Amino acid sequence: MGEIIVVTSGKGGVGKTTTTANIGTALASEGLRIILIDTDIGLRNLDVVMGLENRIVYDIVDVTNGNCRLKQALIKDKRFENLYLLPAAQTKDKSAVSPEEMEDLCRELKEDYDYIIIDCPAGIEQGFYNAIAGADQAIVVTTPEVSAVRDADRIIGLLESSDLRNPKLIINRFRPRMVRQGDMMDIEDIVDILAVDLLGVVQEDDRIIVSTNRGEPAVMNLISPAGEAYRRIARRIRGEEVPLMNLEESYGIMNRLRRFMGLC
Amino acid sequence: MLLEYINRVLGKAASSSRIHARERLRLVLVHDRAKMSPYFMNQLKEDLNNVIARYMVIDFDKFEIVLDQSDKVVELKTSVPIKKIRRDYMDRIKRSS
Ligand SMILES: Nc1ncnc2c1ncn2[C@@H]1O[C@H](COP(=O)(O)OP(=O)(O)OP(=O)(O)O)[C@@H](O)[C@H]1O
Ligand SMILES: [Mg+2]
Repeated sequence: MGEIIVVTSGKGGVGKTTTTANIGTALASEGLRIILIDTDIGLRNLDVVMGLENRIVYDIVDVTNGNCRLKQALIKDKRFENLYLLPAAQTKDKSAVSPEEMEDLCRELKEDYDYIIIDCPAGIEQGFYNAIAGADQAIVVTTPEVSAVRDADRIIGLLESSDLRNPKLIINRFRPRMVRQGDMMDIEDIVDILAVDLLGVVQEDDRIIVSTNRGEPAVMNLISPAGEAYRRIARRIRGEEVPLMNLEESYGIMNRLRRFMGLC
Repeated sequence: MLLEYINRVLGKAASSSRIHARERLRLVLVHDRAKMSPYFMNQLKEDLNNVIARYMVIDFDKFEIVLDQSDKVVELKTSVPIKKIRRDYMDRIKRSS
């Protein structure tokens, strides 16, 4: 029986789609059977991040409307044959999928897959409630900024009142250097304020943009710090105890020198 | 980078917008969480009333609680019009605990 994980945030653009693609790919690379569902109806993105945009024939609304069978709409990944994407529709009608339809869909997919990872739209409208309807577990993504953490807090409240208790937090676009300069909230500030379990910290990493350009998730890139962070997150999802990445390593030579000289 | 390095060596204070971020976030979340549920303040008011009632009789209709925001703190301000103090408060404390 598979597990259904929804990736949420509240604030837009903090990295839900990036997170979904990377965790899914990392888990698939370990041989697990994975489905990614894009529920951002009207603003389909996950297909592009995965590099699968040219293969789409049917989408999630075709499935729930009965235009095709579920299996027909699933797109097989280029790299892993045990990884599939169910794309969002590009229609404007955000209520095209109901919470009940989503639950049915999840129940069906649970039989054949180990993890079903749902990319949630931004905001707290109906699309959010549709996306979380069938989920067993939630991940909340935030960046270390006041507005994003504030929205994350709101989402955690809504998840808990929808019976998705103990959501797990990912802090994305973290910049250790700014923290050390006293210009960014630190991991413990955020975890403390939100009072949730930390699933991982992903650094700001230019390679994320490169990998999005190529349609190849950063976990495929062995020198990407963000890719390494997502690989660790995937192992934690499987229940392994994995220490946080050594964020210091990427500080660069000047910082290391400074530290060596005891200047900061 | 170099300038920053020189600044540090010279011991110029680093800016600390982190502290601002943390404090502002803490304050805004006090309001957000209190207002997220329409029941929160009412529930709190009733619970407070239950405790106060062991000691005194109050005018519940005029009993007010509000969140008051100044620059650095959010305060819970209460206004509790008292009708009378109970003489038997000791018994009531024992009974309710
Ligand atoms: N760790 C990172 N380092 C650098 N850039 C990043 C990182 N994570 C995400 N980004 C960039 O931030 C942008 C938004 O990311 P993404 O699309 O994953 O966010 P989202 O939460 O899904 O957005 P939306 O709310 O619009 O669906 C993208 O351009 C992505 O490449
Ligand atoms: Mg997205």
